[in-house]
Amino acid sequence: MSDKIPALLMKEPHVTFAMGTMVQPLSGFDTITGLDLEDFRKLNGGFHFLQGGPLVNDNDMIVDEYYAQQKHLHVGDSVNMMNHDWKIVGIFESGKLARVCVKLKVLQELTGNPGHLSQIFIKVDDPKTAQAVVDQLRAKYPGYQIYTMEEFTSMLSISNVGMLKSFIGVVIGVAVVVGFIVVFMAMYTAVLERTREIGILKAVGSSSALILNILFRETLMLALLGSVVGIALTYGTQWLMQHVVSGSLVQETVYDWWPISMGIAIAGALLGAVVPGIKAVRQDVTEALSYE
Amino acid sequence: MSEPGVELPIIETNGLTKTYQVGDVPVRALRGVDLEVRKSEFVAIVGASGSGKSTLFHVLGGLTPPTSGTVRINGRDLASMTDAERTDLRKATVGFVFQKYNLLPTLTAEDNIRIVQYIAGRDTEFDPAFLEVLRLLGIEDRLKHKPRALSGGQQQRVAIARGIVNAPAILLADEPTGNLDSENSAAVLGLMKDLNRRLGQTILMITHDFDAASYADRVVRMRDGCIV
Repeated sequence: MSDKIPALLMKEPHVTFAMGTMVQPLSGFDTITGLDLEDFRKLNGGFHFLQGGPLVNDNDMIVDEYYAQQKHLHVGDSVNMMNHDWKIVGIFESGKLARVCVKLKVLQELTGNPGHLSQIFIKVDDPKTAQAVVDQLRAKYPGYQIYTMEEFTSMLSISNVGMLKSFIGVVIGVAVVVGFIVVFMAMYTAVLERTREIGILKAVGSSSALILNILFRETLMLALLGSVVGIALTYGTQWLMQHVVSGSLVQETVYDWWPISMGIAIAGALLGAVVPGIKAVRQDVTEALSYE
Repeated sequence: MSEPGVELPIIETNGLTKTYQVGDVPVRALRGVDLEVRKSEFVAIVGASGSGKSTLFHVLGGLTPPTSGTVRINGRDLASMTDAERTDLRKATVGFVFQKYNLLPTLTAEDNIRIVQYIAGRDTEFDPAFLEVLRLLGIEDRLKHKPRALSGGQQQRVAIARGIVNAPAILLADEPTGNLDSENSAAVLGLMKDLNRRLGQTILMITHDFDAASYADRVVRMRDGCIV
């Protein structure tokens, strides 16, 4: 889009301000955004700097706190991005627009797109008129993708990304099956190795029912304890993500999965314990006692 | 029916046979064993490897059923018993001491003894008489330790304590000194002799060691599945 469009949009009814940005993808999930800080201040009050200050020179770059934390960046550091050396001049509070920002004109030149924009943000006089303004702009500028902020952010949810929901479903399904098999095999091996102990219990007069009862209770306790420890460990991974890759990954705790994961662990463990347990109690005592 | 005043043998076998199936080959481990052991006797069964003495131990202990013949333990016929009835017999009538101790590795010595009381449905507190037995065995200060922290001799003493905690009619010992050095062997055998003398505990010990057998009141020899 031409960088002359924001000026045109500002003449539309209810529009109080418009600004354009340029977004250039970097490696992985990272992007670099080119913007005019003064325009951004007019749009929403601007960034709140935690360290350093705004962009002054052409090689200046500002990053948000999570990106700085993940990449171990400080004000005054030099960074090479897009084969260009940048100097970190400010670290801002995250949650606004982007993680990495440079001057709009510099990014346009570097990417060979002078006078071009990726996105335009429009400020209206009243949030209630946003939908009406969008509808009016869609009619006037057909072919452009125009959304309210509400619509735009909802597009970032998984239900709006084609096949992603199915893909995540498959990943969860595989994880459930693998988790079940791992717990089953771990308990199966553990109980199989205790065939001799089961033989000892049988030799001293324990009934099969009593042995299976002991095994059942022990397994249930282990599975419950394991589930609690597993859930506690997810807080560990959450902490790790927040402190190591805070700019790239976020882990959300889905409480609905706690009982499901516990059910998987308990079912896997009980089945894994009871199968070799029944095998061992049915075995001749003398054979069980000679198990090494 | 027994005559009044004549005590029945606590162990009595007549024409006892046991045949194992190893693959397609039948192995006749016991070929008609006739044996009587009276109450409070300490009997040693000696024989070379393959003589059938361990099979006899397993049959007398109700660990495996006989193929034919009669086996009476404390007046009860083993041959007609179901698996559950034999389990009951092991719970109340027979105590075991194995060559490899067979203690539960995850339990302390004390809990290894208590679990046998628990299985028998008895109070798991040790009574004064049993505490005296623990003192006699010299393990009263080792009860809180797990088997891995005990020497072979100590583990075997715990196994003996476990074997007699429910006051069984018979204590069956299979090569109880097989894994011990001579010093510990003498100590364990001395203790078994002491238990037999002091408490009147009937003991049937399987061994291939004639020195160990000399601690018994009576020695029975086995060869090729028969008593000779």
